[in-house]
Amino acid sequence: MRAVDALSFDVGAGEIFGLVGPDGAGKTTTLRMLAGILPPDSGTAIIAGVDVVREPERAKHMLSYMPQRFGLYEELSVDENIRFYADLFGVPPDERNQRAMQLLRAAGLSEYRSRFAGQLSGGMKQKLGLVCALIHRPKVVLLDEPTTGVDPVSRRDFWRILYELLAEGVAILTSTAYLDEAERCHRVALLHHGKLLFCDEPARLKANMTKSVIVIRSADPRHLRSTLEGFSGISSLVLHGDGVRIVVDDAALRIPEFRTKLKGANVSFDWIDVVEPAIEDIFVDVVSAKGTSHG
Amino acid sequence: MSLTRMLVMARKEVVQIMRDPHSLAIVIMMPVILILLFGYGVNLDLKGLPVFVYDCDGTQQSQDLLKHLQASRYFNVVRVVSNYHDLTRAIDDGDARMGVVIPWNFSQRLREGGPVSVQAIVDASDDNTANVLTGYVQSVVQTYSTRIQINWLRSHGVALQPATMNVEIRTWYNEDLESSAFIIPGVLALVMSVIGAFLTSLTIAREWERGTMEQLIATPVTATEIMVGKLVPYFVLGMVETILGALVAIYWFKIPFRGSFLTLMGSSAMFLIVVLSMGFFISVLAKGQFVASQIALLITFLPAFLLSGFLFAIEQMPKPLQVITHIIPARYYVTVLKKIFLKGSPLALLYADLIPLAIFTILLAILATRSFHKRLM
Repeated sequence: MRAVDALSFDVGAGEIFGLVGPDGAGKTTTLRMLAGILPPDSGTAIIAGVDVVREPERAKHMLSYMPQRFGLYEELSVDENIRFYADLFGVPPDERNQRAMQLLRAAGLSEYRSRFAGQLSGGMKQKLGLVCALIHRPKVVLLDEPTTGVDPVSRRDFWRILYELLAEGVAILTSTAYLDEAERCHRVALLHHGKLLFCDEPARLKANMTKSVIVIRSADPRHLRSTLEGFSGISSLVLHGDGVRIVVDDAALRIPEFRTKLKGANVSFDWIDVVEPAIEDIFVDVVSAKGTSHG
Repeated sequence: MSLTRMLVMARKEVVQIMRDPHSLAIVIMMPVILILLFGYGVNLDLKGLPVFVYDCDGTQQSQDLLKHLQASRYFNVVRVVSNYHDLTRAIDDGDARMGVVIPWNFSQRLREGGPVSVQAIVDASDDNTANVLTGYVQSVVQTYSTRIQINWLRSHGVALQPATMNVEIRTWYNEDLESSAFIIPGVLALVMSVIGAFLTSLTIAREWERGTMEQLIATPVTATEIMVGKLVPYFVLGMVETILGALVAIYWFKIPFRGSFLTLMGSSAMFLIVVLSMGFFISVLAKGQFVASQIALLITFLPAFLLSGFLFAIEQMPKPLQVITHIIPARYYVTVLKKIFLKGSPLALLYADLIPLAIFTILLAILATRSFHKRLM
């Protein structure tokens, strides 16, 4: 079983590259191999001109890796965490202070410098993680789902910092589970079972999505779903909160049709409309399209 | 290897210890509790053991024997009972460790010159105490018996001065036969096992558990820098506690210290490296704090407690266990400690223990270094 197989892509300086795919697609494994902490069975990876596979320790000076659970020391303060990572990379104190001030301001953490990391909110922790990861001015930044479970305000701060980094000519590789984040990347790669399915600009990814997504809300979503199961034009049907999420071939055609059919079947519902496809929807669509074209 | 990065690791570790109430409690309380527990709680001295007496004879002669018994500092004749039943009850209840029965014809038989037996019932549920009691009661009765024989010979006009034999006992190294003198030096080995192995077993495991390790290994810090940086604070802590422990032993418990301070420090440093390496090794393998701490206690604290000769003499263990003690590093350290404290042995006489200890130190340090890689498995 290979977590990642025959994967090949390159990320340029000043580019944000998104790794997209469901859990188990191999995003984390890819990032770990690039970070030099998981040796691949074969292949090469060049980070800022250094071969990570052959010289992981030298590459580590150039890169910054932020795992899903960032390694903050909860019993150390914000400043102490920053100092710890700065010292490990040999950042001189003057430079550290200047850089920390700038990053903390951008992250909205300037007032919390003496607070223990363990007392920060999830979003603040994640931003502090980013500050620590960037303190040594890496050339390449590897982020593993950095904003999962982070509040919208912190997510905005987070992305603002990333965009500012691009101006410094940093190459950023991030994995994400959010489509809106994937759309902010210059290019995205869709991973499935460790293989690259698609690698292009996010707009093209969306354009690739031929189907649309409808959400119907109801007081009894289970009953709604079982009724919908017999309808035509549906490629996927999932319970989602107080409603059902349906991938259909053509929304404009299906919405009036479903309305009539559901009334006929005497199934009540509160709301029916087209929604933005989520990353999973696109994913399912791309995977099934590939499946049919190959099969 | 970068000294700066090592110090950065060490400083972080110190801050973490200082801010973690659990670690701090173990660091401060454990040595105090262990020293008090073993200094006051454990007493292997057999003195003033409670004895019940049933004197059926009730003559001056029998009273005389009882006086001899009472004169020994090992016995304390608690009560003289008037029937056999009370005596056995007292032993059953644990009020008496030994019951002495003097037969009704005791003085009469002695007068007639016939042999006479005194019965001693010993509570042998604790075999060690029972052995000691048996020995003591035998020697008291024997001495008394010899006296009677000499007196008899004298009264029958035998003028000869019978040659008597005596054992003159000199208790070396522990002149007052205080068990605390024998136990407390060994407590240092226990303290170090706790500080060294138990606490360090948590450090690497904690980093894995909290996910900080994945971050750490993606930085330029090397595996050796992580290891040394993490262990140095515990090493310093262990050495400070050794000195404090030695001071308490010497000035509070008045245990003689006859050896060289330098040897104490040197052997303690070696033993500390042994337990630190073991703790680190366990921590690397276990990757979970709970499992790591349990294994650390199992393979360092328990052997240091049971198989090091700290409390239980190795020579008295069953043969297979005696063989096993050779692979317990604490054994060598405890032996060295006792020799330094009580005997003041010169360095030359300590090599038999210091060399195996040094070998363990080197082997385990290598094992710990080799075990840890900056890699995910």
